[in-house]
Amino acid sequence: MISTGPFFLDQIFFIVFPYVAVIIFLLVSIRRYRTEAFTFSSLSSQFLENQHHFWGLVPFHFGIITVLAGHLIAFLIPREVLAWNSHPLRLYILEGSAFVAALLTMVGLVSIITRRLTDPKVKKVTSWADWIVFASFVIQILSGLYVAVFHSWGSSWFASLATPYLWSLVTLNPDIKFVTAMPWMVKLHIVSAWLMIAFAPFTRLVHILVVPNPYLWRKPQVVRWYAAWKSLRKV
Amino acid sequence: MNVRSQISMVFHLDKCIGCHTCSIACKNIWTDRKGTEYMWWNNVETKPGTGFPTKWEDQGKYRGGWELKDGKVQLKSTSKAKTITNIFHNPSMPSMDDYYEPWTYKYDELLNAPEGSDQPTARPISMVTGEYINVEAGPNWDDDLGGSPVYAENDPNLQGLTEEQRMQLSAIERLVFFYFPRICNHCLNPSCVAACPSGALYKRGEDGIVLIDQKRCRGWRACVAACPYKKTFYNWSTGKSEKCILCYPRLETGQAPACFHSCVGRIRYLGVLLYDADRIEEVAKLPDDQLIDGHRSIVLNPHDPNVIAAARQNGIHDSVIESAQASPVYKFVKDWKIALPPHIEFRTMPMLYYVPPMSPVMSNRNDDTVSSVSDEFFHDIEQARVPMQFLANLFGAGHQGKVIYALKKQKAVRTYRRAVTVGDITMDVAERMLREADCTVEQAEVIYQLTSLCTFEDRFVIPPMHREEAIEMMRDPAEHKSSVGFGFTESPERGL
Ligand code: HEM
Ligand code: SF4
Ligand code: SF4
Repeated sequence: MISTGPFFLDQIFFIVFPYVAVIIFLLVSIRRYRTEAFTFSSLSSQFLENQHHFWGLVPFHFGIITVLAGHLIAFLIPREVLAWNSHPLRLYILEGSAFVAALLTMVGLVSIITRRLTDPKVKKVTSWADWIVFASFVIQILSGLYVAVFHSWGSSWFASLATPYLWSLVTLNPDIKFVTAMPWMVKLHIVSAWLMIAFAPFTRLVHILVVPNPYLWRKPQVVRWYAAWKSLRKV
Repeated sequence: MNVRSQISMVFHLDKCIGCHTCSIACKNIWTDRKGTEYMWWNNVETKPGTGFPTKWEDQGKYRGGWELKDGKVQLKSTSKAKTITNIFHNPSMPSMDDYYEPWTYKYDELLNAPEGSDQPTARPISMVTGEYINVEAGPNWDDDLGGSPVYAENDPNLQGLTEEQRMQLSAIERLVFFYFPRICNHCLNPSCVAACPSGALYKRGEDGIVLIDQKRCRGWRACVAACPYKKTFYNWSTGKSEKCILCYPRLETGQAPACFHSCVGRIRYLGVLLYDADRIEEVAKLPDDQLIDGHRSIVLNPHDPNVIAAARQNGIHDSVIESAQASPVYKFVKDWKIALPPHIEFRTMPMLYYVPPMSPVMSNRNDDTVSSVSDEFFHDIEQARVPMQFLANLFGAGHQGKVIYALKKQKAVRTYRRAVTVGDITMDVAERMLREADCTVEQAEVIYQLTSLCTFEDRFVIPPMHREEAIEMMRDPAEHKSSVGFGFTESPERGL
């Protein structure tokens, strides 16, 4: 699968990195959840600073969730995305909203970072791992925005180039010919994504794994009985 | 009928001397860790006053508790849809400024100061940042009406009082106040539990104690916003919310919670109430003026054979039923009806009740002496120095009837005891007053006993909680014989 030659580095970046990243992500997340459940938290700092907070956290989250959802859609249903983009107007709408979401993310991120640098209380609860997370987001979002501007119509070429590459990884039959020819900024964007996935389970980003879904369908009140735990004993 | 048992409480406000011993006992045991310095699971407020956090009773500001909307009880702070949009920034979340920034002093500056001609001082430093700070507020900054124009005059319970009544409260030489100690009410319809996006808060089925599962909590802080009493707190260091646990480890070993145990004024009572869990929703929907009656009606008579049978059927142990029969709380709440839930209009159905304070109501200034006797039966209650509407806003959802009833009964008992021991009031008058206050001589005697001469055992009737059985159900103790323990064995520290 991996051979020395002109594409040796590409193979490391686009075959070794993704598998290692995903394996680290899964193993570390599961181990952390099982042995250190206490550390799973959003680590909110709204309590310490409540005004600036809104202008960072809200645009950042709405932005990043939209952007990630976009990547996911292009990965899952590339054909439909291409069909949608076959009309220029629809393409502009899709590209435009993706770009706005990315800008929103960037604005939020800048605000989050200045808040963490300037508010003395919030500064106190900022760890070195947070700074690595913020730095990698800056790289990721800036490279993403650069690609959107200078290598336009990403929503189409993602569906026809990146999606097959990702699927080739999923099906354990990695094929990097789709990515080796890409501009270096796109490559940077991809490689730093794999690095972030590998680092995420060590950081506050684990809060994404514990998004509160049961709330939407549970009853308002929660009662726990010890008697009901009888069944646990058998396990 | 779906009978459940609930550890419930009564605070007798007439006996509170505002010493804060309870708060300190709690702090020393539970909240002296990093991130919890600012928390006071038990705090004592001066009323009128703005309390802790500042103006917590003003739900226009904090949006805690429930509201009736289209015939449904709904959380004020959130809903299923709003949880999604507001999870990144909770618009109803109080911040540290609403409480206070905890501080300590640089004692080493005091001890290691070089010899000089001036007194060394220990300057205050923030317990969050470690920097020097200017202390501007504390958890009981308005103690004993300190700074009344800023604090007492902004008490949310003053709503609906006339200008004259407000003046009465703060006029020199008429000025009056009382203490209001608070802990989590371990409510029957807790809004904190209902708001949690992760389902981390729960009510213990066996005893009704409301807890936050520290492993399930993700720090979304919805409970902090939703509790109208502001009795869940966010630990800014661990990223988890915490609250009063009613000292369950003490209760499980037969001891009263630390704040109860240490209470100098002996104002605190604790015991089991049996209630009908099937009726909670129905009662929570009642209009304001029927809430107190509804709340009372949900509490079941532990002597009633039907209730006992239904309780047994629900797996409530006989020893718990017996404990419910001996509960002092049942007497205050149901038999005598002199203990009232605080701010029942928040509709969380608190299980901590207050006997409204008599002394500030009764004392009259006759020339230069303060006296507590008046010839006119209940005249002074209506003419009270604490305008009755103020107490009604706190303990009667704005309606005076139940509060006046409780005060009249207390006054009648006092008059009766005065007739017995001092004799300057005739028994005739005393008995007439008792009758008018819906009280018998026998009842007056028991109220007197349980108020004035109560022992530890009278005040705290703690049910056997049978936790040993509960734990054995889950784990075989023998399996863990030589291990380092089981259950929560992680260190409670913030993750990266
Ligand atoms: C999917 C649902 C998500 C939820 C419910 C969620 C919720 C939260 C919450 C409540 C906070 C704490 C905010 C505070 O300080 O009060 C937070 C912080 C943060 N989230 Fe998310 N998040 C989600 C997804 C994401 C995603 C997809 C990313 C990025 C890939 C992300 C990155 C971050 C970062 C970097 C912070 C720290 C910001 C700071 O406080 O300085 N989140 N999130
Ligand atoms: S007072 Fe009631 S709503 Fe508030 S934390 Fe306690 S149980 Fe929850
Ligand atoms: S210890 Fe008792 S008397 Fe003292 S403030 Fe607390 S509740 Fe009041």
